[in-house]
Amino acid sequence: MIHFDNVTKVYANQNRAALDHVSVDVDKGEFVFLVGPSGSGKSTFLRLILKEERPNSGAIHVAGKDLARLSNFKVPHLRRRIGCVFQDFRLLPNKNVYENVAFALEVIGKPRRFIRKVVPEVIELVGLEGKAHRMPDELSGGEQQRVAMARAFVNRPMILLADEPTGNIDPATSIGIMKVLDRINRTGTTVVMATHDAAIVDSMRKRVVELEDGKIVRDQSRGVYGQAY
Amino acid sequence: MRANFIFSEVWIGLRRNLTMTIAVVITVAVGMAMLGVGLMINAQVGMMKGYWDDEVEVSVFVCNRGTAIEACNGKAITPTQLKALDAHIRGTQGVKDVLFEDQTTAYKNFAESFASNKALVDATKVEDMPQSFRIKIADPDNYQSVIQAMEGQPGVAQVVDQQELIAPFFNMLDKLSFSALALAIVLVLAAALLIGNTVRLSAFNRRRETGIMRLVGASNLYIQLPFVMEGVIAGLIGGVFAAVILIVTKVLLFDELTGFFVAQSTAQLGWDAVASTITITMAIGVIICVLASFVTLRRYLRV
Repeated sequence: MIHFDNVTKVYANQNRAALDHVSVDVDKGEFVFLVGPSGSGKSTFLRLILKEERPNSGAIHVAGKDLARLSNFKVPHLRRRIGCVFQDFRLLPNKNVYENVAFALEVIGKPRRFIRKVVPEVIELVGLEGKAHRMPDELSGGEQQRVAMARAFVNRPMILLADEPTGNIDPATSIGIMKVLDRINRTGTTVVMATHDAAIVDSMRKRVVELEDGKIVRDQSRGVYGQAY
Repeated sequence: MRANFIFSEVWIGLRRNLTMTIAVVITVAVGMAMLGVGLMINAQVGMMKGYWDDEVEVSVFVCNRGTAIEACNGKAITPTQLKALDAHIRGTQGVKDVLFEDQTTAYKNFAESFASNKALVDATKVEDMPQSFRIKIADPDNYQSVIQAMEGQPGVAQVVDQQELIAPFFNMLDKLSFSALALAIVLVLAAALLIGNTVRLSAFNRRRETGIMRLVGASNLYIQLPFVMEGVIAGLIGGVFAAVILIVTKVLLFDELTGFFVAQSTAQLGWDAVASTITITMAIGVIICVLASFVTLRRYLRV
């Protein structure tokens, strides 16, 4: 599903590589934690999958597509198959829960009838039934992140990328967020989650890829966050 | 659904940037009106030139008894000279038509022109009137050769070219149209910059929305169209104002002005000319808006 082959990324005006000859394979339906300290290259890894950045060398395949050969014109179609969740939720403050989720479908031109059918389903999936008409500022952090996850998942993407989704949320609420991610993963969606949260990684017992200074230093199936932290 | 979404986005954008939108509308309106006025003056000058080219004659005045012009030597033209001159004129290349105006006809015309000044008419005798050949020129731009052929012929007192009399007027109109067009270019440039700025503000205001649109895989067209439409709508509103200004200008300025110089209504700028000018200015306005929006979006809304 995601295939990195010897990928190196150096940002302009920097001499240190953000990713240094990284090779990783993520299969369909896998759940992968991406761990490592700040600046170790986790976000770069996720941005490369979305083709928001281009690697300096190496090849990246996502959902069977060679990103180097994917024209700019086709990039939106790639992104429709990838959902994204961020630490800061990125909801639209002037739209309610339903409208925020529906927005993701409206802007890719889905018919209204389809939107009316699937949005309530996914709102229920993330555990926000009955709150469809709340505004984001009336929700707790955990609830806002659920809205963001509903928006990321509403188009049934093949891959869900989560960049520290529990970074702004207290540990108790984080468990609920992880349950939703796990539920999404069980539908067959590949999940890649970058995180600092050792407790979560340890409790989930999923595959762990650890980055340090842009290099992969560990790749364990059923791993833990690591002794050093 | 799609159209609905895009129009609601456009409406939000225009409302949020109301002052900038008004600035764009005014600049586009004035710029396009200037462009239109320039084009209309050009068209009017063309029509009036065509009109005058048909009307304008070269007058060859012949010597009379007592004509105070050196070439005549105080003697009237002899009938043989008159005949020879007539033949000479008819034989000259570029002459379309010749009319001889004798003293009686000249006096009649004179009396008509100065009917209000009876004393003058009474004091003037038929014998005082000059005789002249009125020559119509085949190619109005090449009247010089005809004039040269007439000057110095025996019995010719004076050659008067009416074209020279109206030339300053056309010069002035040319300058007016040139100034209007130059001003229009400057204003169109200002409009383009203003539209660019408005679109940039709009893009900045909605960077949150566009960021999410990019993430969920909205196509570039879908992301950019609301911004381009904002520019186009502002441009169109400006164009409508420009059209109103042009119509008012036609009624209050062109119709009044040409009434002084041109008797026939065929030389007046018609409504079809105004309509085509409005179409041209609107098209140019909208194209400039689209271009300015796209160029700005290239810079501020990268994929």
